[in-house]
Amino acid sequence: MGSSSSSLSNVPNSQELLQETGFSAAHLLRLYERFQFLDKDNKGHLRSEDFEAVRELSENPIGDRIVEAFFLPGQETVDFPSFVRVLAHFRPKEKNRTREGAQQEPEPANSRNRKQIDGKISRVELLQVLREMLGMPVTEEQLQSIAERAIQEADLDKDDAISFDEFRKSLEKVNIDHKMSIRFLK
Amino acid sequence: MFGFSLGISETYMNILVKTLEWATLNIEQANAEEEKVNASACNGLIQRENRSMEKELEELRRSRPKPPVGGDFTFSDCFYFTRRGIESIVDDEVTQRFTSEELVSWNLLTRTNNDFQYISLKMTLVYGLGIFVRYCILAPLRITLACIGLTWLVIGTSAVGFLPNCRVKFWLSEWVHVMCYRICARGLSATICYHNRENKPKKGGICVANHTSPIDIVILCNDGCYAMVGQVHGGLMGIVQRAMVRSCPHVWFERLEMKDRHLVTKRLKDHVNDKTKLPILIFPEGTCINNTSVMMFKKGSFEIGATIYPVAIKYDPKFGDAFWNSSKNSMVSYLLRMMTSWALVCNVWYLPAMHQQEGEDAVNFANRVKSAIAHQGGLVDLQWDGGLKRAKVKDTFKEQQQKKYSSMVVGDDSSSNSD
Repeated sequence: MGSSSSSLSNVPNSQELLQETGFSAAHLLRLYERFQFLDKDNKGHLRSEDFEAVRELSENPIGDRIVEAFFLPGQETVDFPSFVRVLAHFRPKEKNRTREGAQQEPEPANSRNRKQIDGKISRVELLQVLREMLGMPVTEEQLQSIAERAIQEADLDKDDAISFDEFRKSLEKVNIDHKMSIRFLK
Repeated sequence: MFGFSLGISETYMNILVKTLEWATLNIEQANAEEEKVNASACNGLIQRENRSMEKELEELRRSRPKPPVGGDFTFSDCFYFTRRGIESIVDDEVTQRFTSEELVSWNLLTRTNNDFQYISLKMTLVYGLGIFVRYCILAPLRITLACIGLTWLVIGTSAVGFLPNCRVKFWLSEWVHVMCYRICARGLSATICYHNRENKPKKGGICVANHTSPIDIVILCNDGCYAMVGQVHGGLMGIVQRAMVRSCPHVWFERLEMKDRHLVTKRLKDHVNDKTKLPILIFPEGTCINNTSVMMFKKGSFEIGATIYPVAIKYDPKFGDAFWNSSKNSMVSYLLRMMTSWALVCNVWYLPAMHQQEGEDAVNFANRVKSAIAHQGGLVDLQWDGGLKRAKVKDTFKEQQQKKYSSMVVGDDSSSNSD
């Protein structure tokens, strides 16, 4: 569409992002509008408080973690290219991409489960995530036993932590692409 | 003005409808040559799955047998929450209700122009002519009418207020009110269609309606007299309020009084119990919503125990967007926008009266009324609170989700130490 590229020029790094992420120009524009909507003071970047504007996110038990995933380690702000790159992980893979491409998807999910970037999910980290998802109704003992079983099942090299490969293996049978992708409308 | 029309507005509306249809046809033809047009009128960027948590998690777990001990947790459960979270960040149900509705096709107004394309010289000419007509001819006319209407309201009601309380006064007051509102409605080129007028609210009851803008009052009062409820304002609004009270009783609250819920309930109850007083008009959502959905009704008006007369108001967005986005437009700029739209077309449905049933508490009663209104007006029935426009979400929603998920993972023998 002719003139939408003229408004696309307002979007920073638009050509680069289009190629890198595979979003269409129309989607990129919409995402930019959404970014601007969240950025209430027009600062050009988002802080974690800005994500609080999304009501439904406050309802999500791991909402805070999801927001954290947008921020690179040590950074307190998210600019638009980073925003789009994170969302690009959730685009459904095109049919002609190979199955190998599907490995991209568990990466963001894995990063939810671990705060420290050491490449593994430790028992402590798993307990933290479980506590967030389950909340008050579950006791400490129940939580421990859930974490125990989950680690036992997935931990193949018995180092009491789950590496990225073990994580991926435990999800072999799940259609990751289908479950983790967001269907963008044309 | 006096209840009959001159036929001018009918002709205008006919011309307008034909023009807009022609414009739509042209746009669609142009689009069909380039790309496919998205036919769905949804307001969103993504398609969301609205299946319940239970169904989705079951699907994720299908590949594994349930373990005997240690809960029913798998890593893929995170997928569900993560995806929902990201979907919310991209586009959420609540926030989109506080912005104007998107149109399926352009209606020749600059302000609804999201996607301008140059289609043909003819279109541009019609568009330009439209601007000229709207700003230079219609707007001054409408503004004059509105001023006349308001002035007459103030003078007329004050004059009636001098009469002693008798039936003539009452009849005159109604006549003055309705006439003023009719003038104001003409000032907005409003075409209103009332349905089911046999269900019109009667004295001693409460009329509830969905709220889109302050113009709702003009729309409803064109067809009958209501007692208003609201805060006392200063300035122009204050003058209007004081004048109105002289001729017939309205319920105006001082700002401090509004905080005291008992006082508010008591005053409303007194008004309702006096069967000679007009039905009260209340908008239980508490804030303006964009007319695609109905949000949570505040239970205050439903606790009084009076008969509730629900009314559904639906505006036709083709002719002008009636939603008042109070964070974006001030009142004055909103009124100017209204006066430079094509017209205001809306449908008003009077629904049969409802009473609070035995053993039904105010919240459930409010929800029942809300569903009836949403159903009649073709609006989406949402559970969210309109106050979320400005406030943060309470933690109870998150706790609900956690509770639901816990019962799936741990089963029924989870300890219940939550309320």
